[in-house]
Amino acid sequence: MTRSKSDKHPEASARRGFLRTSLLGGLAALTAGRSQAEPAPLPVPPWTHHPGAGVGSAPYGQPSSFEKQVIRRFLPWMRATRESSVSFTPLADLHGIITPSGLHFERHHAGVPAIDPAQHLLVIHGLVEQPLKFTLQDLLRYPAVSRVHFIECAGNGALEQRGAQLNKVQYTHGMISSSEWTGVPLRLLLGESGLRKGARWLLAEGADAAAMARSFPLDKALDDALIAYAQNGEMLRPEQGYPLRLVLPGWEGVANVKWLRRIEVGERPWEMREETATYTDLLPSGKARQYTFIQEAKSVITSPSPERPLPGKGAQVIKGLAWSGEGKVKRVDVSFDGGRNWRTARLTGPVLDKSLTRFEIDWDWNGREALLQSRAIDETGYVQPSYRELRAVRGTASMYHNNAIQTWLVHADGEVENVQLG
Amino acid sequence: MSNWAKGLGLICLAGLGGCQAPDSTSTPTDTRHYGYGQPVSAMELSSWDIDVGPDGAGLPPGRGTADEGEPVYLEQCAACHGEFGEGMGRYPALVGSRESLTTDRPSKTVGSYWPYATTVWDYVNRAMPFGNAQSLTADQVYGITAYILAMNEIIDSDTEMNAQTLPQVRMPNRDGFITATGTDIHAPVCMTDCVQEVKIVSRASDSALARQGE
Repeated sequence: MTRSKSDKHPEASARRGFLRTSLLGGLAALTAGRSQAEPAPLPVPPWTHHPGAGVGSAPYGQPSSFEKQVIRRFLPWMRATRESSVSFTPLADLHGIITPSGLHFERHHAGVPAIDPAQHLLVIHGLVEQPLKFTLQDLLRYPAVSRVHFIECAGNGALEQRGAQLNKVQYTHGMISSSEWTGVPLRLLLGESGLRKGARWLLAEGADAAAMARSFPLDKALDDALIAYAQNGEMLRPEQGYPLRLVLPGWEGVANVKWLRRIEVGERPWEMREETATYTDLLPSGKARQYTFIQEAKSVITSPSPERPLPGKGAQVIKGLAWSGEGKVKRVDVSFDGGRNWRTARLTGPVLDKSLTRFEIDWDWNGREALLQSRAIDETGYVQPSYRELRAVRGTASMYHNNAIQTWLVHADGEVENVQLG
Repeated sequence: MSNWAKGLGLICLAGLGGCQAPDSTSTPTDTRHYGYGQPVSAMELSSWDIDVGPDGAGLPPGRGTADEGEPVYLEQCAACHGEFGEGMGRYPALVGSRESLTTDRPSKTVGSYWPYATTVWDYVNRAMPFGNAQSLTADQVYGITAYILAMNEIIDSDTEMNAQTLPQVRMPNRDGFITATGTDIHAPVCMTDCVQEVKIVSRASDSALARQGE
């Protein structure tokens, strides 16, 4: 007869014994004080008796009908038209680091074009040795690269710059999403066209009815820029640029040009409307910072949040998201007293470059009001600022690149409110 | 030597950075030439190559004055931007607010904020009128641009805008921009007793926007 494992490993046996005792103790504590009546057997629902839908009844599967509230939302009063507006990702309802493609936030400048890929081309021209045109089929033949990156609108949090405004994390932070993007490195295509002397900036232009165009430096093109045709394993969604988009990892969303049709190589930036009149950060001096591409380190607690009140006092797992446009998230700290004291949270992984990163921290809530904050630090050492620190430099009219620390006021009843501290 | 290798050599010699070795575990070889793209001619590109630079590069032949542009503006633009460029509802104002940039409520109009007149031409040409973009003639775009500049008292109503004169227009906020180099925020890392006083200064429950709701 073989010996049991516990005989071989008396320490493990002792540990299991301890666990068993403490679990039983916990159960005893749970049941103490409850009714002594024997509870009824657990119900056996109809779906356990009868078969469900057969294969092929949903050729393209949809979320459970019980998840209908998990949708992108928009604010009708926010912009002049829905075609030039924004919809927000429901961050409080999501898990892990991938945003489902259908829930990726939207920002369009002239609606979502319905592009026939057979009629779409990408051209690369300007200061190149050979101007080239590529069909989607051409691009699919190149070596493919897949990387997980967030895309965040530079205007994420813009409405909050003068004070706490909107009482949902979906609205305060929902202009960020994260996907696995697949495509061709831009530097590979620039290798195909060659570069001519003087090449330093590129213009990326969309095929939408805004012909949305942005300049960006050649360094980024040669570093990690991607001409993406796929998102989370399937071709791009129309809202995310089908059939082609530029992905500039970690850089403001608007520079990740959707419905990409053209890349021109030149010597200097083009000073397009969306890099002068808009997407520039106006400072208290009246001067504006321009070409502020990088979405600097930021984080937010998604549970609890206005959409996720605390169910009762006692043990809580605080959960949230952190990210940095400059690399990996190194650390996230959480405060429960409005930033007076901080504890370091655990990163639950995966921790990827320029990607959403999950953090969690345990907290025993005593049922009294609390002010919850999170603070991201990235691998460059950059520290997410408080509103006080951000406003000291940028004032309250800079509109874009608001990465200030969010404060949630947990009320005694567990409800959560968006507030700002002085 | 491939085109790419030549291009890369140029960049490295020019000292512009960005030529560090790619991560061999996740990126394909950059030196291989695949040749799947097809040459594209200047004639083919002419309908797409619409960008105009701040030096006027890309401006097509054509001309227009504010006087000539006014009726086109009133027909094509005024419904959203107002007869005087004052903006309608959430459609942006194009005119005025020159001294507003340092106030609590800055208004970023063509006159108060835009650094280059060429950007007005480029944007009207590529994206306007909203709903029927890229439908205006070059003369119409010169005329509308001139009219917007004249409403902002930057040029006279009879000054002709063309590929030579437009880039020479000096916009009031031409020197209003700083190119970002690195971060402007340097927050400390503090773990205990970091803040003297914790005081709530604004709440979503007091916000008019939150009450406006969804």
